[in-house]
Amino acid sequence: MPLLMPVVLACLLFAVGIFGVLARRNAILVLMSVELMLNAVNLNLVAFDVYLRDQLLAGQTFTLFVITIAAAEVGLGLAIVLLVYRNRETAQLDDLHQLREDDPGPPDVRDDTRETAAR
Amino acid sequence: MSALSVSATFAAAEFQTPSIEYSKLMPMLIVFGVALVGVLIEAFMGRTGRHQVQLILSIAGLVAAFVSVTMLAGDNQIAAVGAVAVDGPALFLQGTILLLAIPGVLTMAERSLDRGGVFTSAGSSTPGSEHERVLTATGVTQTEVFPLTMFAVGGMLLFPAANDLLTMFVALEVLSLPLYLLCGLARRRRLLSQEASLKYFLLGAFSSAFFLYGIALLYGYSGTVRLSGIAEAVSSNSGSDTLLMTGTALLAVGLLFKVGAAPFHSWTPDVYQGAPTPITGFMAACTKVAAFGALLRVLYVGLGGLAWQWEPVMWGVAILTMVVGSVVALTQTDVKRMLAYSSIAHAGFILTGLVATDTVDPDTGAVLGVSSVLFYLLAYGFITIGAFAVVTLVRDAGGEATHLSQWAGLARRSPLVAAVFTLFLAAFAGIPLTSGFTGKFAVFSAAIAGDAAPLVVIGVVMSAVAAFFYFRVVVLMFFNAPAPDGPAVAVPSPLTTVAITLSVAVTVLLGVWPTQVLDLADRASQFVR
Repeated sequence: MPLLMPVVLACLLFAVGIFGVLARRNAILVLMSVELMLNAVNLNLVAFDVYLRDQLLAGQTFTLFVITIAAAEVGLGLAIVLLVYRNRETAQLDDLHQLREDDPGPPDVRDDTRETAAR
Repeated sequence: MSALSVSATFAAAEFQTPSIEYSKLMPMLIVFGVALVGVLIEAFMGRTGRHQVQLILSIAGLVAAFVSVTMLAGDNQIAAVGAVAVDGPALFLQGTILLLAIPGVLTMAERSLDRGGVFTSAGSSTPGSEHERVLTATGVTQTEVFPLTMFAVGGMLLFPAANDLLTMFVALEVLSLPLYLLCGLARRRRLLSQEASLKYFLLGAFSSAFFLYGIALLYGYSGTVRLSGIAEAVSSNSGSDTLLMTGTALLAVGLLFKVGAAPFHSWTPDVYQGAPTPITGFMAACTKVAAFGALLRVLYVGLGGLAWQWEPVMWGVAILTMVVGSVVALTQTDVKRMLAYSSIAHAGFILTGLVATDTVDPDTGAVLGVSSVLFYLLAYGFITIGAFAVVTLVRDAGGEATHLSQWAGLARRSPLVAAVFTLFLAAFAGIPLTSGFTGKFAVFSAAIAGDAAPLVVIGVVMSAVAAFFYFRVVVLMFFNAPAPDGPAVAVPSPLTTVAITLSVAVTVLLGVWPTQVLDLADRASQFVR
């Protein structure tokens, strides 16, 4: 099989991932899109490894590392998303706009209790 | 390649046990060891005294790791079968990170400013819930911030020392993942903090996917992930240029994101504002040091033969970063956000030094691009940690008062704190007799030696713009009347006091008497290849 096919496929998968990150508004879907990007890279690494007949199998080894780290990343990411969801009852990224450029003035929120109640 | 030939490859290459020079990796091993012990303490030790034990253990680990870095000083070799470089820049930056982490951990451990400390009692509890009230009333607090910080420090130590792209990627993730969590653990303004954490996580994961894609393409180009192997492939000009160029560009995106350079800076203000202030200081200082170390190594060791290609791009990025950081900071009304934009501007100033590439000082033999950046990072790190530590002291009933209007007339309430903050702002602006001036002088003279004079002109103009917004804060503190219900300056425990004093001392010392450290940076400027 020519190298071009898996490489182009990986490139397309990566592009789909980028599109997902930019277009999706739900944090979970964005997370899934990032995973798609990582897996596109995995495909690339394995394809190059096989094409180059790498004696050290660096590409395949790298893939194992990427899979492990991606799993850790998802575990952590889901925990953060879950925390945000529990506090705000939404995982929509558009609703997370307390940190932004324009000036809301000095906060009059005196404690976290009222901050939650004001939601 | 069929399964058969894969197994044939295995049979052909005799398996050899890798030799690992543990003594050369001591700083990292100590820090990771302390982090693991910290996790065990968190799990098995009773809650009384856990905070003190964790604090003492972390500080002792950082000091021990720093001592082992000084013992390795002068080493110039590659350890762990080519995975880790133990050379001048790596050791200098490791020492810098460890020195910066000490005041960083001290400010994190502060408990007298806020009842129960800066961090939430339990990361999983909802603000204002019954669970949280019980935890606050009984004083139960988890102290997992210490092991998390140590894991992040360990990743930061490995990041600038990584000699192949696999190690570099693992180090990047090991330093980033704990930071994502730490950002979301603030006791006050938890929603902001969690929002910062989520934004940092999503953008960080997005950028590391680009970094990884860049690695895959460079691997496809050169057939190896080792930086020296990539340098060989570049110099022999074998393989496809498309793979090399796209790979380099994508790799640079990932690194420039961590550095906080424009146009990949958009996460910085939001995350710096929302994260707990001690974490912001730690992150702003140490992550930048580690990421610039990795960027230097990739560009100089791996892609040095390609300098004529990436140099113009770095020019553009440096100019854009300086302009965006300085100009947008003018409109900020929040102290932490303003400092975030200032850190973006400083990333631009550091990039001007990096552009000097392999220009060698004829007198000392120092590689100017490296030595000036090393010095700047040390100076900038201490100013940043100190400035954010001061921000934690200005408080009202809602916690830290970070809105600039609340800082009016601060000098009347506490002349000392206002004076210290003025010193840090002057150092950020690059006023003589502060470390900021020496650092800017070093990077700008390196850039001139590297034929980048136009860049220096822009750098100086942007320093002037930046000085304007720094001194606006000084005027606000000293010459405005304080509001009657304005914030007070809290008296911290010795922990924060020590951290701020240390930062002030380094800032003044590196401004008045920088020769020793400049010499050290000169001597440490050779990468092992």
